[in-house]
Amino acid sequence: MSDIKKFMYLNRRAPYGTIYAWESLEVVLIGAAFDQEVSLMFTDDGVYQLIKGSDTSESDMKNFMPTYRTLGDYGCRHMYVDKASLEARGLTQDDLIEVAWEDFETEEEVDNIVEVVDAEQVATLLAESEVVFSF
Amino acid sequence: MKLAVQVNEGPYQHQATDSAYHFTKAALEKGHEVFRVFFYHDGVNNGTRLTTPPQDDRNIVNRWVELAEKYDLDLVLCVAAAQRRGLVDDGEAERNGKDATNIAPQFRISGLGQLIEAAIQSDRLVVFGD
Repeated sequence: MSDIKKFMYLNRRAPYGTIYAWESLEVVLIGAAFDQEVSLMFTDDGVYQLIKGSDTSESDMKNFMPTYRTLGDYGCRHMYVDKASLEARGLTQDDLIEVAWEDFETEEEVDNIVEVVDAEQVATLLAESEVVFSF
Repeated sequence: MKLAVQVNEGPYQHQATDSAYHFTKAALEKGHEVFRVFFYHDGVNNGTRLTTPPQDDRNIVNRWVELAEKYDLDLVLCVAAAQRRGLVDDGEAERNGKDATNIAPQFRISGLGQLIEAAIQSDRLVVFGD
């Protein structure tokens, strides 16, 4: 397995209500060991996965959302958010968490890899991906 | 072409598992290689041998088993998803102190790395679900 592929994890569901978001995150975490070129895309209710200040203390659900902040350390290079999905829900980038990334070999740093993209970019990014995991 | 198939939904509840089966069968009959079928989320319920559908309905689990027997197909249930949903083989029963197993023949339980590996090794990953 020497070849590196462009992986895209497409997240379309709200963080709670169904298990898709959480089990998708588990794939991202495990997949990090395979050193692929990894991006995440958040569309539709999936944009809620990146919302700031989540609190599940009264719902008896494990709050896994802080894990998204660590994804830079798991080799995720880009976290794209569909602009139209954000706007349809009255959200802006200010409502979203920030995720830092650092290349430990080159010391290249990016303060925030969460990037809002328009529909055309969403289509291009998905088309350019070699593997799309859809959740 | 070398294909990997991911099944994200349970049998009978959702058409995804039927579509995945027919796609996989058609691909194999056309001479394509299916590197692995990986069952995730409620899709792991495709792998219980205790399924008993009405006699005039399709038996989704047995259908997978027969396809695997014919084509030496690798059917893998995600271990984390299987543990949550009570899919148990001998190894899992021993590790987790369970008093029974329910995995169907031809299926095996393994980690998410098997999905990643299948995606890397195959020309296409085809996902069935909502």
